[in-house]
Amino acid sequence: MATKASRSAARIMMAPAVVLLLGWMLVPLILTLWFSFTKYLPLRGDSIDRGLEWVGFANYGRFLSSNSFWPSVQTTLIMVGGVLLITVVLGILLAMLLDQPLWGQGVVRILIIAPFFVMPTVSALVWKNMILDPVNGIFAHLWRFFGADPVAWLQDASLSSVIMIVSWQWLPFATLILLTAIQSLDSEQLEAAEMDGAPPLKRFWFVVLPHLGRAITIVILIQTIFLLSIFAEIFVTTGGAFGTRTLTYLIFQRVIDSQNIGLGSAGGVYAIILANIVAIFLMRIVGKNLDA
Amino acid sequence: MGQIQLNQVTKSFGDTQVIPPLDLTIHDGEFTVFVGPSGCGKSTLLRLIAGLEDITSGHIDIDGTDATDVVPAKRGLAMVFQSYALYPHMSVRKNIAFPLRMAKMDQAEINKRVEGAASVLNLTDYLDRRPGQLSGGQRQRVAIGRAIVREPAAFLFDEPLSNLDAALRVGMRLEISEMHKRLETTMVYVTHDQVEAMTMADKIVVLHAGVIEQVGTPLELYRTPRNTFVAGFIGSPKMNLITGEEAAKHDAHTIGVRPEHIDVVESGGQWRGTVGVAEHLGSDTFFHIHNTGLAEMVTVRAIGDVSLKHGDTIHLTPRADEIHRFDAQGLRIA
Repeated sequence: MATKASRSAARIMMAPAVVLLLGWMLVPLILTLWFSFTKYLPLRGDSIDRGLEWVGFANYGRFLSSNSFWPSVQTTLIMVGGVLLITVVLGILLAMLLDQPLWGQGVVRILIIAPFFVMPTVSALVWKNMILDPVNGIFAHLWRFFGADPVAWLQDASLSSVIMIVSWQWLPFATLILLTAIQSLDSEQLEAAEMDGAPPLKRFWFVVLPHLGRAITIVILIQTIFLLSIFAEIFVTTGGAFGTRTLTYLIFQRVIDSQNIGLGSAGGVYAIILANIVAIFLMRIVGKNLDA
Repeated sequence: MGQIQLNQVTKSFGDTQVIPPLDLTIHDGEFTVFVGPSGCGKSTLLRLIAGLEDITSGHIDIDGTDATDVVPAKRGLAMVFQSYALYPHMSVRKNIAFPLRMAKMDQAEINKRVEGAASVLNLTDYLDRRPGQLSGGQRQRVAIGRAIVREPAAFLFDEPLSNLDAALRVGMRLEISEMHKRLETTMVYVTHDQVEAMTMADKIVVLHAGVIEQVGTPLELYRTPRNTFVAGFIGSPKMNLITGEEAAKHDAHTIGVRPEHIDVVESGGQWRGTVGVAEHLGSDTFFHIHNTGLAEMVTVRAIGDVSLKHGDTIHLTPRADEIHRFDAQGLRIA
């Protein structure tokens, strides 16, 4: 099938798409790199037409020495780690529950998946106004019902609240992937383990969990990619206050609030580096699961 | 010790009763084979003995004590599954050691037993591999190894050879038979292949729709099948079951003649017909014969390579003393 002629024809036909994709990726990347080395304050009259002043690594130094930088990295890691932990653990439990024969299984599964279809902005608003609101929220009513003082969630437990919201959104994804993995487990393996004298918890530990290894890896990798760039949930709920300013949010504030494009771009380059460090780290821990 | 006794055991899934009340005794050291067509309840029966399914009524005694409500692990039985059910993420060594680890056995003792089982099963070189890196026959041996190390009262095999190719199957059949001779442990073996049943069993239990049709040694079943079902199921090629006029001549509703008990003669045989398909195996030849004037097609086994081919006329004489007679209910007439 692959003759010389058809191969070169294929190359020519693929070329526009490849060029477009490369441009899509490379142009913003190069622009970001360029801006990060310049003084670019649009409100003070800086513009590309008039030429930008080259400042070397000054923006990088300023971004790094800012009081907000390290806390934001820490917040990012706590948020990503927290959401991963909650979604994977609860996802495994839910997947095992949904794998049991139960009445109305189809409907229950659709209900479980539902949060994933809600847009991040909308779900954050719903959580903020309906559930977490210290006066009229469901939690506030619940607290009062038991005679406790309502918690001002988004002020006093802001980071945990955001983690809770994001976990709620991503739990369906984890559950779904883990459920398909559990369903592919050979029931004879579980029976063999039962005959071999393994009680339920050990059957889970020695048979089910290793079987899920690969699916857990995939859940962690995919979620990490998306969780590093969480934005809408923070913007809608706390606006980056009360210790919820992640690296992504800090960059947003530098570029939009302070109108300092050079400084924000330097932050963007740091974010790329951080994402790569996390990716390499994750690949080393869990990547070996993908080989087998 | 390993005597298993089933008393009035039944099993229902919802409203459907798959096993009506059933009594069976499997003696210590016996190699018992459950055989029957697919869906006859033989695997269910094995799973009831293993404890993987709960029995609906009746009780199971193992070595004289009631084991009906005992969990599978405590029944002292080891099972080899059709899919082998090896743990894919563990090495062969860990697979075999798993039941011992669960029993919290001393590590030195575990090592000793695993090495022992591995050397018996020729797995010593593969101990550190994963099941995925082994061939079908080797995986089968690992599954058997995992069963052996527990030193169970009885082994349960659920169609263990059905995933192997024909040549390997014959080899494993021999190995399992030899293992039984050496260990002298009770074995219960489920298969749909009557050849496996005939070659391996001390005692065959023929099942049909959850009911035991006949229990006996392979040769008892071959020589005196209790009914037409057993007659047709045991023996290869199948026994010719002939109804109508020819059967009436023998005062029976149905007569049965095995293909190997019909002689091909030069001329003047009792039956005369045309050869349909001739299957030449070298050692013997199977003829499928039409137009005999009998209601059913007749299969004949001739010793050696008989050079009759499609369309030839053939003369046959059944051996009078090898004709089985059955009544209208299909039961044997003595």
